[in-house]
Amino acid sequence: MFSIIVKLSKYLLIILFAVFTYLGFAAMRKKTESGKSLLLSFQRFMLLFIHLLAYTVIYIQKDRDTGVIIFYLVQLIFFVVVFTVYYIAYPKASMQLVNLMCMFMAIGFIMISRLNYDRAIKQVGIAIVSVVASLLVPLIISKSRDLRRFKYLYAGVGAALLCVVAVLGRLSYGAKLSFSIAGISFQPSEFVKIIFVFFVAASLYSDTSIKSILITSAIALFYILVLIASKDLGAAMIFFFVYLVMLYVATKEYVYSLVGLAVGAVAAVAAYFMFTHVRTRVIAWLDPFSVVNDEGYQVAQSLFAIGTGGWFGSGLFKGRPNDIPVVEEDYIFSAISEEMGGIFAICLIFCCMCCLILFINIAMQLKDRFYKLVALGLGTAYGFQVFVTIGGVTKFIPSTGVTLPLISYGGSSLLATLVVFAIIQGLYIRRTDEEVSREKRRPGPRNTFDEAYSADDSDWNRITDNFGETQYERYEEDKETEFQKR
Amino acid sequence: MKDTKKIKKQNFRSANREYTVVVYAFLVLFLLLIGYFIYYNVFQSDKVINNSFNKRQDTLAAEIVKGDILDRNGKVLATTKTAKDGTEYRNYPYGQVFAHVVGYTDKGKTGLESAENFTLLRSHSSIITQITNDINNVKSNGDNVVTTLDYTLQSVAYNALGGYNGAVIVMEPKTGKILAMVSKPAFDPNNIAANWDAYTNEQSSKGILVNRATRGLYPPGSTFKILTLLEYIRENKDYENFSYTCKGYETADDFKLRCYDGTAHGKEDLTAAFANSCNSAFSKIGLSLDINKLRSTCERALFNKSLPTDIACGSSSFVLEPSATKPEIMMTAIGQGETVVTPMHMAMIGAAIANDGVLMAPYLVDHTVNDAGITVSATGPRKAATLFDKEDCDVLKKYMRAVVTQGTVYQFKGAKYEVAGKTGTAEYSSDKTKSHSWFVGFANVEDPEILVTAIVEDADGVAPAVARQIMDAYYAKK
Repeated sequence: MFSIIVKLSKYLLIILFAVFTYLGFAAMRKKTESGKSLLLSFQRFMLLFIHLLAYTVIYIQKDRDTGVIIFYLVQLIFFVVVFTVYYIAYPKASMQLVNLMCMFMAIGFIMISRLNYDRAIKQVGIAIVSVVASLLVPLIISKSRDLRRFKYLYAGVGAALLCVVAVLGRLSYGAKLSFSIAGISFQPSEFVKIIFVFFVAASLYSDTSIKSILITSAIALFYILVLIASKDLGAAMIFFFVYLVMLYVATKEYVYSLVGLAVGAVAAVAAYFMFTHVRTRVIAWLDPFSVVNDEGYQVAQSLFAIGTGGWFGSGLFKGRPNDIPVVEEDYIFSAISEEMGGIFAICLIFCCMCCLILFINIAMQLKDRFYKLVALGLGTAYGFQVFVTIGGVTKFIPSTGVTLPLISYGGSSLLATLVVFAIIQGLYIRRTDEEVSREKRRPGPRNTFDEAYSADDSDWNRITDNFGETQYERYEEDKETEFQKR
Repeated sequence: MKDTKKIKKQNFRSANREYTVVVYAFLVLFLLLIGYFIYYNVFQSDKVINNSFNKRQDTLAAEIVKGDILDRNGKVLATTKTAKDGTEYRNYPYGQVFAHVVGYTDKGKTGLESAENFTLLRSHSSIITQITNDINNVKSNGDNVVTTLDYTLQSVAYNALGGYNGAVIVMEPKTGKILAMVSKPAFDPNNIAANWDAYTNEQSSKGILVNRATRGLYPPGSTFKILTLLEYIRENKDYENFSYTCKGYETADDFKLRCYDGTAHGKEDLTAAFANSCNSAFSKIGLSLDINKLRSTCERALFNKSLPTDIACGSSSFVLEPSATKPEIMMTAIGQGETVVTPMHMAMIGAAIANDGVLMAPYLVDHTVNDAGITVSATGPRKAATLFDKEDCDVLKKYMRAVVTQGTVYQFKGAKYEVAGKTGTAEYSSDKTKSHSWFVGFANVEDPEILVTAIVEDADGVAPAVARQIMDAYYAKK
């Protein structure tokens, strides 16, 4: 009986997760709220089923340790509470984003439990604290009006945090990434990412003069240089691309970003020749098997794991993901692919894509240019982080040692990402408020709005229609909105 | 109404065009990532994971019965059997005959057992069968590897070497398929663990575990004259007017280089000098050559290079510098001196000449099949490199044919096929009586179907006779 569960679970997990992924996209296309919420309830059911199934396997493989059952129940309660709190306290929040957030955390819990049980317990603990800590964030974001005023405060705090790490930080895997306060290791670049996005948004939302662009670019460059000096190449790369994307969107001029890209390319080539740690990563990327004993070891082990796992995976506990160094952090995607299968891994990428669409979708729907840029910046940071991590472990691009948001082991990363999700939720609530206030303000032909709203209430179509020629009637444009001023 | 809608739409677009560009850019990026992931899993992973640094073999062996290695006609060369106590072991029905090329599995893995280990431990049974086996806790059958090896030719080659040590490679010049690969002395792969101490004894083992066909580094002896001849032809348009009178030796700087057995060949043209394998004439030719050009000719023929094949090989070396002394140049021109070559490399040179200069990458695995016999993947012929120009090969073939019709090789008299080739006598120590016998040749000259390379250690002129037996067997079957 038990062995059948273990064997069957491998295939069942793939099917359930594929359904979960499909429901995510299907919900985006749904036009009515009720239709959407039905699909999302079904999706939550899939999530809980996947979680239960995986922990059943872990329970069996851990020689039926009762501790596993308790651990499972704690997590179950955690998920149910998160769902319920968002449902009651933030009815205007995107439940779809909540589902994805919990799914990613569940996958992380499962995989870390399999790789290093003690770390999984720590991770769940951090998750609980972080979710509680970030619970008020949506409220703050949705109500506050002043966040755009602290441009130089953001710049200062962010830079200070990074410099502290660069100076005091201890070496972890060749990069100065973290420092400890009272025994708790703290990796500030994860939080600085958020502050950085707020800084750029605050600088550029209303003022895109050359002077403003130059000042902002100089500060951004400083951040990136400090990160490079700390050898945190992955974060430097993400900051760099986030800035270029935000600059492009804020100025509506791709020329600035192209110039930035050119400068970045020259800098990358220079870095290749100047720093050995950059060179070794490129060598390990081009042919990890030529240096399989040294620089190429990690990537080679990752490719072995993904390749050996194949489409269906070896099944939990049946592979050798622990052969990969730092597997719970930077290389967790390879472990997932090895044991849960290539199909599962592809579904995971699709889920990250879904998440990214939700991030940028809210940016498009908002009227307020500051928050539009914040959502865009956070979305871009998330998207690049996923791309850089998965691209790195599959040898699509050189590996830079970045975590997979919400899934990888690591407190700072988990807390920072949960805050990002909470901010986005705050923006979803803000959007609804914006719409309501607009309705109130204008007594005119309300039917226009209603008609437009009901015509096509699908996240997916909002994005696709903007490119295509299909009718888009949802958005009413206020002539007095800020971005008309420029 | 329509106008306001249009304006709204335009306003929305101008507000969000950049956002849409960003979303689409990300979608493209993610789809590329997924595309690459699929590409890796479909096309690259099989090759990547078959690496000794991947320690997952043991994990796979717990789920899968290692597949069989078969000859081109389906004869089993290696298989998995289960002992009475339930443990699995590898069985090699032909023992020593295929020892090196198939390899062993106890005490580490070698040969095809190593190179194809992962393939043999992967199951491509139908998905239903695999899932059913998985759930019922039954091991699935690993894939079988069908090699290009031919049992008959391998046995003939093995027996033809008799009690001599040495190596034989038989291949198809047009495809690169290896039909036989023998190395002697040979070990018994079935009892490798029991005999391990004897096999690894440095004094008495004679390197029994080394595959001489791929790893053995021998002086090329007179077979190297093929390259000396080629360089001479390239440098001298009037090579057909070459004339030399052999006194049985040639001197330079107080150094005296003798012809084989001290024979004085008398007046020779280039054909006769090559057919007689005249050391005196070729040492004289060597002195006339541009050493840099000779070196680049050799390097184009893959000296000092890793050989373009998936089969693990040693690499040959040619180290002559233009500053070398005359005796060094003379020795090198006749294949003595510092030059060393593996039998596999010599086979490649012969095969390239037979195939108008184009080397087809030698390969051992023809295709792999699942346990139901359905092909999983196939290796096709692959052009590896162009070692010579076609015009060079036309000339070389004529000269190599003369070796058989009027020169040192008499062993093919009465054969029903036409052979072109070159012998070699490689001295490997200062004791001039000790030498290895080389032969590289192919048949038929006009339409080369088979190439044989043989090196017989401590033997005088035995290699061509070994080749004759193999070619007879090949054409008897046709």
